[in-house]
Amino acid sequence: MANFAKPGGPQFSVDVYQNEYLPEGGREVNAIVTVTARGGTAPAGPGASAAVVLMVDCSGSMDYPPTKMRNARDATAAAVDTLRDGVHFGIVDGTHVAREVYPGGGRLAVADPTTRAQAKQALRRLGAGGGTAIGTWLRLADRLLAGADVSIRHGILLTDGRNEHESAAELKDTLDACAGRFTCDARGVGTDWEVKEVTGIASALLGTADIVADPARLTEDFTRIMESTMGKEVADVALRVWTPVGTRIKFVKQVAPAVAELTDRRTEAGPRAGDYPSGSWGEESRDYHLCVEVPAAGLGQEMLAARVSLVAARPDGSVQNLGAQGLVRAVWTDDMAASTSLNAQVAHYTGQAELAQAIKEGMDLRRAGDMDGATAKLGRAVQLAGVSGNADTAKLLAKVVDVVDAPTGTVRLKAKVAEADEMTLETRSTKTVRVKK
Amino acid sequence: MSQMPQQAALPKCPSCAEPLEPGDLFCGACGYDLSAVPAPPADQPTLTTTGAPDGGVDWPEPEPATTGGTEPRAHRAADVPGTDSGGTPLHTPEPAASGVRFDRPAEATEPTEPEEYPLQAPDPRAEPPAQVCVACRAGRVDGDGYCENCGHAQPRERDHMERESGPAAAISDRGLRHHRNEDDFTVAHTALPDGSPAALAVVCDGVSSATRPDEASTAASRAAGDVLLAALPRGTHPQAAMHEAIVAAAKAVDALAEAPDGAREHAPHQNAPACTIVASVVASGLLVVGWVGDSRAYWVPDDRSAPPARLTEDDSWAAQMVAAGLMNEAEAYADERAHAITGWLGADAYELEPHTASFKPDRSGVVLVCTDGLWNYAEAPEEMAEVLPPDAAARPLHAARVLVGHALDAGGHDNVTVAVVPFPTPPQGAGSA
Repeated sequence: MANFAKPGGPQFSVDVYQNEYLPEGGREVNAIVTVTARGGTAPAGPGASAAVVLMVDCSGSMDYPPTKMRNARDATAAAVDTLRDGVHFGIVDGTHVAREVYPGGGRLAVADPTTRAQAKQALRRLGAGGGTAIGTWLRLADRLLAGADVSIRHGILLTDGRNEHESAAELKDTLDACAGRFTCDARGVGTDWEVKEVTGIASALLGTADIVADPARLTEDFTRIMESTMGKEVADVALRVWTPVGTRIKFVKQVAPAVAELTDRRTEAGPRAGDYPSGSWGEESRDYHLCVEVPAAGLGQEMLAARVSLVAARPDGSVQNLGAQGLVRAVWTDDMAASTSLNAQVAHYTGQAELAQAIKEGMDLRRAGDMDGATAKLGRAVQLAGVSGNADTAKLLAKVVDVVDAPTGTVRLKAKVAEADEMTLETRSTKTVRVKK
Repeated sequence: MSQMPQQAALPKCPSCAEPLEPGDLFCGACGYDLSAVPAPPADQPTLTTTGAPDGGVDWPEPEPATTGGTEPRAHRAADVPGTDSGGTPLHTPEPAASGVRFDRPAEATEPTEPEEYPLQAPDPRAEPPAQVCVACRAGRVDGDGYCENCGHAQPRERDHMERESGPAAAISDRGLRHHRNEDDFTVAHTALPDGSPAALAVVCDGVSSATRPDEASTAASRAAGDVLLAALPRGTHPQAAMHEAIVAAAKAVDALAEAPDGAREHAPHQNAPACTIVASVVASGLLVVGWVGDSRAYWVPDDRSAPPARLTEDDSWAAQMVAAGLMNEAEAYADERAHAITGWLGADAYELEPHTASFKPDRSGVVLVCTDGLWNYAEAPEEMAEVLPPDAAARPLHAARVLVGHALDAGGHDNVTVAVVPFPTPPQGAGSA
């Protein structure tokens, strides 16, 4: 059995950024926890224990325009080309039912020049026709991935339409069943798909979501996803947060590279500790915002508000502690200068989270016809994007609103907005930038 | 004894006012270390007046300076009267005190005699090392010093330190408002070449606005103590030894600034570590003090009808204003800049000016060597004398506890450190070892 915990796996480190000083009676402790994994094995190493299933939407709408199906086939073929030798892989044709395109027989192929060529041959037979029931694709992917004796299990899902042939509840049940079993990146191609469905899948399965408005760019995107997947070395890592009695975790969210709410995804892990899933890790760094409410203590007192460590699930169901840990402290002081200063990291990510929220609410209001509300929210978003230096989001916002004055957040809604621009803004609204060092 | 503030405070926790139960080592609500303010001793009159030997032995004249580059000046009390903050001179010498006498056998002065402390709280460090949280008494303490149940930081060794050496004793406490103790001290005793005893105390207060003030105070108090312990047995004049000790302490603090800062927190402001120092040596009939900064030494005679005095002059903005005649004392100390210090040990000090003074008191008493965490609550010598128990010379540790308790009851806004050194030094063996 492949052991991802072998020596030479990535080294994790945890850094805590916070202002630990609270005023008399202060109860809320905020901290940004930066988790960094670095120095893993050579690139060829971990591929041997990874499995990938590509789910390609083959519903009838993929034929309109016909280039869409062709681009999807080409992109999938390019993704297959980036598979490293030894990686287990399979291709699923998704309509209102899921069908194995390659290799078939309820198992996965092992990448080598022969299987890659066979897979590309099989892709040519892919045609459009039928409905869309994404849950069936995910369940098939789960079955195929579960059969492989690997540590990293990943799916790539491409859709161009709404999940019309199963209920939202069915999809949710499927996502709940699959969560923690494999990770999945989701991509919407064209503009006929539902942003909330695609981002929902990615968030539940701890992957990324994005729009590929122009089908011609699919190849580039798939290649990038596959490279990132090949870089993953440790699966099923969780943030283990211990808090003392009498405290309450107000929220835990990932704030970089994108905002992802984790508060409700806690699973209890021993006394006063809980695990928050973070998916699989390659050589990368992510930031988390932890907010804990502690009982007020007297001046001069000090307490540990939270201890953050990392654990990885072992194949046998047990967990392994990855060694690194960070301490979130609370110290009560009457030094006003100390207790009133805001930690730069906390301030930055509080702003980034508000930015994502303002965009979401603004776009919802705009759809609902509340133009004043939408203008206010998107104006705030423009202001926040400017202050925090989130240039990508600012650019996307500028396609939806006319910016009159960015520092004050004065904007006008554009009368006509391309659907692709609107969907791009919504899909990417959670992307954050890190603090300028 | 009615002046002792902690008697009124018990049986409530001095930190959170939670009612206490007999035998509690720590407050059940907040985990406050109750040994910091011991249970009051039985209210029986303590008759000991001093540890002086009988018969009014002649103290040897101070030897001329033998080491050190500076020429120490030895003063008789009449030559350099210590002035208190009101400008009142230290009392003038009177005919040799033949009034010193013992009211009970010498062995009764043994402070470790059990009945002396009938209600003293047991030392928590004597307990088996059951690492149970002092705050909630339910959780174990983890490797980082926090409770695994309630998360509270456990008292660190420096939060409350008590030490006795020979006739002298000292206590340092974190206080109630600061999250760490940045004061430190050394208390020690030795013998002069002629075999006569010498006692010394060094107290340092880390400057909070500098980096690593706690390390500065530790380095300075250790260095000064080491120099005094090495110089006094060689026969160095106490005042010359004091000068050397302060110079050595300054060097030790300077060295901290040069130490590689790699693993340490990268504070945006890089103020070099700094601290104040005040020290006292009692040997061969002399009382020598030395200081830099605003930590002080006070003289309180055993005979409380004689006036107490402050022996040091602060290196502070207020003291400079008063000295220059620009403000009167009340105005100067009311100013918000009053406590800004103008002299300190540290690499960024402008110029090191160790102040030393030598006194030859004609009667027995105690020297209190303390930081502003104490004298802020008993500024005038008379106030200090009022707080100090009458048997301070015989029970210096108890006296120090009373003084620290006074500061804590008054708010404990700063770290509190005080050393109590009896004058004259009782012959060795008479005090607790």
